[in-house]
Amino acid sequence: MINSKPKISLAAVPYFWSKESYLSFYHQVASAPVDIVYIGETVCSKRRSMKLADWLAIAELLSASGKQVVLSTLTLLEAESELGYLSKLASQKNYLIEANDVAAIQIASENKNSFVAGSAINIYNNRSLMRLKELGMSRWVVPVELGCDDLLPMIQLAARESVEIEYQVFGRMPLAYSARCFTARHHQLTKDQCQLRCLEDEQGVLVNTQEGEGFVQINGIQTQSSKVSNLIHQSLSLLNHGIDIFRIVPVSAVDTIEVIQQISDGFLTLAEPLFEPNKLVGDYQYCNGYWFQIEGMNQVG
Amino acid sequence: MDLVCPAGNYQSLIKAVDGGADAVYIGLRNETNARHFAGLNFTDKQITKGIDYAHQRKCKVYCAINTYPREAHWQRWTSSVDQAMDLGIDTLIVADIGVMEYIRSRSADFPIHLSVQASATNLQALNFYYQNFGILRAVLPRVLSLRQVAQLAKTAPCEIEVFGFGSLCIMAEGRCYLSSYMTGESPNTKGVCSPAAYVDWQEQDGKLESRLNNLLIDRFSEGENAGYPTLCKGRFEVDSSVEHVLEEPTSLNTMGILPELNSAGVAAIKIEGRQRSPAYVNQVTRAWRKAIDGVVLHGKRVGLEEISGLANLAEGKQTTIGAYERSWQ
Repeated sequence: MINSKPKISLAAVPYFWSKESYLSFYHQVASAPVDIVYIGETVCSKRRSMKLADWLAIAELLSASGKQVVLSTLTLLEAESELGYLSKLASQKNYLIEANDVAAIQIASENKNSFVAGSAINIYNNRSLMRLKELGMSRWVVPVELGCDDLLPMIQLAARESVEIEYQVFGRMPLAYSARCFTARHHQLTKDQCQLRCLEDEQGVLVNTQEGEGFVQINGIQTQSSKVSNLIHQSLSLLNHGIDIFRIVPVSAVDTIEVIQQISDGFLTLAEPLFEPNKLVGDYQYCNGYWFQIEGMNQVG
Repeated sequence: MDLVCPAGNYQSLIKAVDGGADAVYIGLRNETNARHFAGLNFTDKQITKGIDYAHQRKCKVYCAINTYPREAHWQRWTSSVDQAMDLGIDTLIVADIGVMEYIRSRSADFPIHLSVQASATNLQALNFYYQNFGILRAVLPRVLSLRQVAQLAKTAPCEIEVFGFGSLCIMAEGRCYLSSYMTGESPNTKGVCSPAAYVDWQEQDGKLESRLNNLLIDRFSEGENAGYPTLCKGRFEVDSSVEHVLEEPTSLNTMGILPELNSAGVAAIKIEGRQRSPAYVNQVTRAWRKAIDGVVLHGKRVGLEEISGLANLAEGKQTTIGAYERSWQ
């Protein structure tokens, strides 16, 4: 039986959508039962369907609906223009930011701003956790490859230091970032002349082995798991391991809204949330191995 | 411009020192370094001997403790730091914030090089590690263009080291979890990528198949060069076409842009390959010593012949200058 309901968060959309698609999605999110919403571009600085002002308008809409808004940031920063944009986000005082590179931590801490350490920040032990806490970390999104045993000896410190722990419970996992754009490569284009072809794929492009087994999902310079992580049936275990926030990484817009609803309903009415995959439009394969300290692609239970 | 060469064992260390390396880098026999392979790396005794040999010839010895300790195994990393420092290592190559802090708790100024595994690709990231831990040098991930490297070298608060030759990681190092997704073991946690224990070769209908933890990575026709199934370098199916979706089996070779790296103020060139043989280390070290001396002392660009001469040492027998050139990206 669940005694305390965790907070539910929605990660930034990892894919490239049109402005209309983002607006329509976040209007639905505004009335969906989710507590925390991360917004912004985290993968590629060439994706500019949304200007900063557009994101801030969405932030206002979500805040007005009672959500905690977090401005997420780029993960692989190379160009100076990217640092310039990051600097605007990490030095402002209106919203919390999610740092996906230590550059964001550097700018936030210089400006005495607190920050969420995203899953691409490598915090694997207490000493790292403590150091970043001292620099202003208020929440820790656990790196995707860490599981329940890895977390056990860290929960106490995080709780004592009031650092919230967030763990991904649904969505494809971010597994790698490259200088190369794999979507462009697939279309035989270079990154500099990519024609923003990733706009065509609402949730990336599936890559299979030559035997038809899922391998990865390519999404611009990001490589994701082909399978969707799904820990909805492990909710009790997650709560027992001190997870404060359940993170949903968007898939398609329609299925994301459905999953938020299912998870939230589950906590309201059931001993443990139930997941009904047949209510989703997409045909997903699931995995949860990382939580059980094995291959991330595997599914236990 | 220093030449930093790999030494997976004592024999390789001798070859690197004799071949003219300014520094060699080694690892301990555990998962604290990113080449945690069977039969590789150094015992205490070999480290002492290796340091003696190198120091007598004015060559430095760096030790990589550049994986990420999980809390339950934390002690293994701190005792490895103790071990390396107590044995007289010149510099530690480190990625984890916690490990850097531990080193600083022992010594305020022991030289720390930021490992490529820390994935620092921009000025603010370098500022972070410089201001918090006083890093002396940073090794850049193989994701930046030449122009970006030059810009960083000009503005960085620390020295910059870049990869010159060897296996080509196409992902930002330290942020790639593909290996643990497929095998449970990753560079970050175990110091391995696509680990050999999970590799399987099978002959099927006249084709040679390579598998990693049962997943088909590639399928080779007769006469095709069958490379190690590094998971990002296989052939996969996308939109019903079979292709090298992420990268071909190829190695990095930046000898052709050495003059540019030199005038950009890059402090050191790193050669990858602690897992390779002493013969490889010998040949590559000598070729790069000559190339660097040519560029630095005589302002001489390396000839095409010498550049392509290294290709037979490369994975897949082909080389690229990788992300340094925008068109690769």
